Amino acid sequence: MATEEAAGGMTTYIKHHLHHLEMGGLHVDSIFFKVALALFFVLLFIGVARRATAGVPGKLQCFIEMLVEFVDGMVKETFHGRGKLVAPLALTIFCLVFLMNFMDMLPVDLLPGMAQALSDHPHEAYLRIVPTADLNTTLGMAFTVFLLIQYYGIKHKGVVKFFGEFVTAPFHAEGVVGKILCAVPNLLLRLIEEAVRPVSLSLRLFGNMYGGELIFILIACMTLGGSLTSGMTWVMAPVQFIAGFIWTAFHVLVITLQAFIFMMLTIVYLSMAAEHH
Amino acid sequence: MNIGITLVIQGLAFFAVAWLVMKFGWPHIMSAIEERQKKIADGLAAADRGQKDLDDAKAQAAEIVKESRVKAAQVVDQANRRSNALIDEAKGTAAVEADRLVAGARDTIAIDAARARGELRTAVAALVVQGTSQLLGREVNAAAHADLLERLAAQIEQSPASAQ
Repeated sequence: MATEEAAGGMTTYIKHHLHHLEMGGLHVDSIFFKVALALFFVLLFIGVARRATAGVPGKLQCFIEMLVEFVDGMVKETFHGRGKLVAPLALTIFCLVFLMNFMDMLPVDLLPGMAQALSDHPHEAYLRIVPTADLNTTLGMAFTVFLLIQYYGIKHKGVVKFFGEFVTAPFHAEGVVGKILCAVPNLLLRLIEEAVRPVSLSLRLFGNMYGGELIFILIACMTLGGSLTSGMTWVMAPVQFIAGFIWTAFHVLVITLQAFIFMMLTIVYLSMAAEHH
Repeated sequence: MNIGITLVIQGLAFFAVAWLVMKFGWPHIMSAIEERQKKIADGLAAADRGQKDLDDAKAQAAEIVKESRVKAAQVVDQANRRSNALIDEAKGTAAVEADRLVAGARDTIAIDAARARGELRTAVAALVVQGTSQLLGREVNAAAHADLLERLAAQIEQSPASAQ
């Protein structure tokens, strides 16, 4: 019966962890942490930019300069259209996604546990602290990028050529009949292509972060409900530590890589939108 | 549900990773930052040094120009003085030379005049003796009347001299 009870506890635990703090259908926790991290990012960069010196920079300014130079280099390499927005956008995406992903590094029970401890109803005190493990967040960002892709397409090609490309690319044909024949598959391919971008962009990030979070939760289950008097706890504790350690260390790479991929794909999509077929 | 132990172990794992990053990741970032700072500082120092060198060179050039201008003025001044001196010296030499030439000419004239006078006197004396002897019809003893002739000659000599 003990294992069944533990399994029940485990299910409750996992379910509790994967439950958002909702208010009127909004995931308040995701919104809160995203806004808080965005504020942190903006205030940090503005503060450093305000105190920026043309002379020898401080260590923080130096770090941010290196970050800016890195992103700017990426944008310069990839994006050849006109657009002052692209580099700042890429920098914002990279930093913000990284910060949101970084919330996954914190001990998975730390903030939710504190929320439970502070709440009058611990069983209903839900809290998920990784905004990018929430599809709403990633889809929202991807949709913003999608709108920007359309905007850059129209800006660089003009309305006529932009919508003309819906039916004239990627298949080209000579003559009226050929053009009409190609129009339908062109339009279909274009619609699929446009639809796939935000979906793949958001699902990739969401999947990685959600899966990462889930593995942290599963690792945490190893000593769940254990007590210091139980022998099993003493066996599982080191295993949990090692597993947690490995996954956390590995996740450092994952969160950075995912932030980089999101940024890079945004630049690539925008540069493709700015390119003429 | 008791999450105490699992939370503690999560915390330990987190700090282990943090320690790992601090130990192996952080120094790389810091050294990159410090290298960048050093590069910037060196660049700025080099620029300052370059500016300073430029200023120094400019000041030096100005100094040299000023010096050479003074020197040139000195040289011109010296040349002027030298030429003036040369002119003065030449003037002096010329005046001396002219004086000498004039004096020489005067001497020559005086000697010539004296000689001419002597010749003239002798000729006049001879003429007088001849004339007188013709007039008297006999020969005048030049020796006997030398005294007279001398006085006559002196008179002739004196009269043109006084007439001069």
